[in-house]
Amino acid sequence: MGSEIIRKYGADVESSPLATGWNAARARLDGLPGGGLNIAHEAVDRHVLAGHGARTAMVWLGRDGTRREISYAELSADVSRFANLLTVHGIRRGDRLFLLAGRVPELYVAALGAFKAGLIVSPLFAAFGPEPVRSRMEIGRASVLVTTEQLYQRKVAEWRSELPSLKLILIIGECAPGNCIALGPEMRKAADQFDTVATNPEDVALIHFTSGTTGKPKGVVHVHAAIVAHVETGRLALDLRPGDIYWCTADPGWVTGMSYGIIAPLASQVTMIVDEAEFDLERWYTILERERVNVWYTAPTAIRMLMRAGAEASKGRDFSALRFLASVGEPLNAECVIWGHEIFGKPFHDNWWQSETGGIIIGNTRSMDIKPGSMGKPMPGIAAGIVERDGQTVRELKDGAIGELALRPGWPSMMRAYLGEEERYKKCFVDGWYLTGDLAMRDADGYFWFVGRADDLIKSAGHLIGPFEVESVLIEHPAVAEAAVIGVPDETAGEVVKAFVTLNLGYAADLALEREIRGHARKRLGPAVAPRDIVFRDSLPRTRSGKIMRRLLRARELGLPEGDLSTLEGDAK
Amino acid sequence: MSPATLRAAFIEELTTVAPDIDPAMVGDDDNLQSDLGLDSMDFLNLITALHKRFALPIPEADYPQLATTALAVGYLSTAVRSGS
Repeated sequence: MGSEIIRKYGADVESSPLATGWNAARARLDGLPGGGLNIAHEAVDRHVLAGHGARTAMVWLGRDGTRREISYAELSADVSRFANLLTVHGIRRGDRLFLLAGRVPELYVAALGAFKAGLIVSPLFAAFGPEPVRSRMEIGRASVLVTTEQLYQRKVAEWRSELPSLKLILIIGECAPGNCIALGPEMRKAADQFDTVATNPEDVALIHFTSGTTGKPKGVVHVHAAIVAHVETGRLALDLRPGDIYWCTADPGWVTGMSYGIIAPLASQVTMIVDEAEFDLERWYTILERERVNVWYTAPTAIRMLMRAGAEASKGRDFSALRFLASVGEPLNAECVIWGHEIFGKPFHDNWWQSETGGIIIGNTRSMDIKPGSMGKPMPGIAAGIVERDGQTVRELKDGAIGELALRPGWPSMMRAYLGEEERYKKCFVDGWYLTGDLAMRDADGYFWFVGRADDLIKSAGHLIGPFEVESVLIEHPAVAEAAVIGVPDETAGEVVKAFVTLNLGYAADLALEREIRGHARKRLGPAVAPRDIVFRDSLPRTRSGKIMRRLLRARELGLPEGDLSTLEGDAK
Repeated sequence: MSPATLRAAFIEELTTVAPDIDPAMVGDDDNLQSDLGLDSMDFLNLITALHKRFALPIPEADYPQLATTALAVGYLSTAVRSGS
């Protein structure tokens, strides 16, 4: 696989005028003793070598109330054990390891052990249904899967034999179904020393899947050098310092939970709080208070859920340990920033980035004045602009104008490819800019403001959802003739998925059918991706070339101007 | 309202929010999120539906008391009784 991931823009890292800062950041990492760069070494082993093995790497909070502390030395030994057991099972450098599990220590060990053994890691969200799991593992040609028995039975067992690349399935715990291997006994057998595979900075380390407007999900390829940006932006945009107690609430199934929920914090030698449970008001306030969290990185959806409970719920709590609050995923409305200040005595620092950028690109740093509602300013070493495309050229717009947010490529955590999709990758770059697909505005003070997506992608609870993936599953249902999926505003999640469908002859548009179709979508896609609402239509607006106009459906739904309808097919108006 | 009636009403709202759940398979002590697969948005939608159906205020601090069907039925029966 290595050969198809030729990075066109990676080379610019060294020569770009912005590179000076990144080279300085690179110098703050150790590198492997014999040369090379490996995320696992920077995140774990180097701290042990430097005599900090006794420091706590992770405080794991189980759903059932268990509290477990894991030191850097213990984590390092487990990571080596995992790397050894991969080798014992014939798994080699360059193989692809997929993660599908909740927030349990084994997930973190597996990710780091895979980096250490030179594998490529691809995290999946455990709440995905079987369809997103399968399509991503097929595109990524998964060699190894680490999961739980329950998730395996629900989401993988049925089609497992149809994925020939899959050589090993490791089940977290003490027992495993047929053709799978239980992780617990294997770990105890494995040796706790392993020589880190001498990966090069440009060797592939990660594949993060992200949704496209059309077609299959895209596998966003990142290399070991991305850690340079993770650590540097962790320092600048999250104020991470060695010894901090840090809680990133994002799930490692998404890019935030990997870049800033595993790599940046461990490489910065902090103590990570990992909570297995889902959001719960009382639990979250208790964790912040009892664990004496210093730095908290969360998401607008969670902040809004806390806000709904009012100030009363946080009364009498001691949040004095909190030093820095940050948020990512979608614009943080001004009310949230102000509310945070009232409750915690500190403002939330919003930041912006995406799977493709691998790390924080625009943010509000500790030393900046915050303009509530703004995503902040570009990080040092990042050149950003607001542009308008015109064929193969790009024109920069003036301050105050709305256009597409664009970046000059060349920072270390920039994607190096879309897996196996050179054309799709090339399309992101025009005239020396990387085009993000987000619409934004820059004000006269240089602050950036998010406006919306330039395409049909839906941003729900901070996650991008591709309408095509949802529509494809809807039309699998025998009653559904056509489907169009859009995002509609929601006060908690930002946007939620709504579907419009037309029915085949012989089906009655009633409540029972709505539930049946929604149930089908939830089973296949999981609750995070499936529509929350389905409405029936006699027809869907199409262009003369037959393409469903999601944009028009959305405009009509929201009472927005309908825009240019010249390409609309006659009878659909 | 009897516990059986309350349970039936609860299951109806639950399976409206999450129609992928087979009502016959819901165990009284199944955790709605970790066992039945509701995500936090589903859970909020369920609370909203219960709030509407029973005309009850359900403050955020009480959410853990609706984590399973058994807990929710107990919570609702107390709340309905004290409200009427």
